[in-house]
Amino acid sequence: MHDMNQDTGLAIRMRGVTKIFGNDPQGALALLRSGKSKAEVQAQTNHVVGLDNVSLDIARGQIFVVMGLSGSGKSTLIRHVNRLIDPTDGEIVVEGNDVLKMSLPELRTYRRSTVAMVFQKFGLLPHRSVIDNVAYGLEVRGVPKAERMEKAAKWIETVGLSGYEQSQPRQLSGGQQQRVGLARALALDTDIILMDEAFSALDPLIRSGMQDQLVELQKSLGKTILFITHDFDEALKIADRIAVLKDGAVQQEGKPEDIVLKPANEHIEEFVREVNKARAIHVRTIMERGEFEACEFQVPANARCEDVLPYFAEHQWVGVTNDKGVQIGRVTAKRVIGALARYTPGVGES
Amino acid sequence: MFPELIDTRPWRRAIDDGLNWVVRNWGDEFEAAAYPLLMLLKFIEDTLIATPFWLIMILLVGIAWLATRRWQLPLIVFLSLVFLGVMDLWEDAMTTMALMIAATLTAIVVSIPVGVWMSRSARVRQVITPILDLMQTLPSFVYLIPTVMIFGPGKIPALIATIVYAAPPLVRLSDLGLRSVDPAVMEASRAFGTTPSQRLFGVQIPLALPTILAGINQTTMMALSMVVIASMIGAGGLGYQVLQGIGRLEVSRGLFAGLGIVALAIIFDRITQSFGKQLQARIGLAEAR
Repeated sequence: MHDMNQDTGLAIRMRGVTKIFGNDPQGALALLRSGKSKAEVQAQTNHVVGLDNVSLDIARGQIFVVMGLSGSGKSTLIRHVNRLIDPTDGEIVVEGNDVLKMSLPELRTYRRSTVAMVFQKFGLLPHRSVIDNVAYGLEVRGVPKAERMEKAAKWIETVGLSGYEQSQPRQLSGGQQQRVGLARALALDTDIILMDEAFSALDPLIRSGMQDQLVELQKSLGKTILFITHDFDEALKIADRIAVLKDGAVQQEGKPEDIVLKPANEHIEEFVREVNKARAIHVRTIMERGEFEACEFQVPANARCEDVLPYFAEHQWVGVTNDKGVQIGRVTAKRVIGALARYTPGVGES
Repeated sequence: MFPELIDTRPWRRAIDDGLNWVVRNWGDEFEAAAYPLLMLLKFIEDTLIATPFWLIMILLVGIAWLATRRWQLPLIVFLSLVFLGVMDLWEDAMTTMALMIAATLTAIVVSIPVGVWMSRSARVRQVITPILDLMQTLPSFVYLIPTVMIFGPGKIPALIATIVYAAPPLVRLSDLGLRSVDPAVMEASRAFGTTPSQRLFGVQIPLALPTILAGINQTTMMALSMVVIASMIGAGGLGYQVLQGIGRLEVSRGLFAGLGIVALAIIFDRITQSFGKQLQARIGLAEAR
């Protein structure tokens, strides 16, 4: 595998990945390539197009969120990264290794050491205790018992489940079970973590707490996280970059703010309408840079719009500072209103 | 009358001649092949008969206690065993128990791998399911007589007939149990880079165990229901007492031996069921789904 090693700075690189479910995917693929739509292919051949020509570049150390409604192919997409599903066509390179060229033993080694996964339905082993579940990946990898128990105990503590080591998964709440799932993935200490709707089954409050914890863990560990969700708010909260998926095809890919401020099409516009933009948009993306007279109210550049709103009751504009506390620009009420207002092409763009 | 389309007599003759040919030329080889089975049965039977009655009582009552942790089942087991002893059926009961245990052990060794194989391939399942149907519905005398012709009357044909009759439910339930393991758990296991055998022994079989145990329960029960027929070809035991009771028109003898079979059935049915329940609770299958 060494000779294929090509460092691009990317954790995951997908090119033209297409997946068609059915008995004769190649025939349906030819049809799709000839320009037929997903619905037409399904009507003609009864084959379902899961992914349609998906290309993504996921840089190291990011939280990359793939967002889409159910049936958009997002769960299919994430399963291509560790090849739980084989694509019909395309190329998948993870950490410089071509995943599709791996033999079965190579694939097992890859799954044990490079990608860990967290599941929507947790996927815990019901006949094993919490600590044995967390140590499962290490056990599969062949780590000696004492070492894997020690590591598992450490990760159980990190996710806040100390004292539950000997419990059975069924004795835990949904949120606790997913912490076990998260600890099980983190214990492997892989560079990449795949999270398939990991928080979707949880209550809103617990979900919010888990999101915060994930962002913090990512900051301290520097992992690459590919996160799947159907919840746009969740995507905006945790993502460094977002790709929106519909009918198996990527509709738009970019920073959260780009998607909120400039939705590429009506489908995305619909999501954006429902979302709390004041939380999604950072001050730094809408600020005016340059010298302005110092203002008594100042916020850091990575503050969110909702943080500056209260100040506008007192003042027309608010100063923006960099990490050292030096004012680097300002943000006006007009700018914030422009950003929060519904996006209309041509209006308010400067 | 159904019109005679073809003459089937040559077919019948071919089958009869074929069997005779096998008996003449391969009888010894078949007997040699079945010898390990006979050794197993003899070993179990000798051990059970040589063991003092009180030790067997302690063991079975103890197992019943382990399976339930309550006093009811151990008491029932104790009373059933006392009944067998008082009615002077102890040695016959041990012979019958040996036949049942030997048949069940053999069925486990054969059925679980077949169940695993079936659970992995729809095609294998399509082929094996009708064979299992055949094994369960074909009147036992139909295969009993050829077996007796090949092996001669005695314990081997009795054991083989019992296995043929008792193994199918275990195969079916192993297959069912393995296939109904939560696919989400199997996928998670796959995502961690497990080998197929790590998945089979580490996830699938442990989670299917309650269902497999239900199959073992069924097998013991069906093995016990074969004892009267098995005794006709020389298996001895409680079935032989029933047979003698019928032959001599001694209703009491047949009745007591019959009740003895029921007592054995109760003991093994309740114990295996309780272990199944215990296992199910430990895995918490109901809640995990």
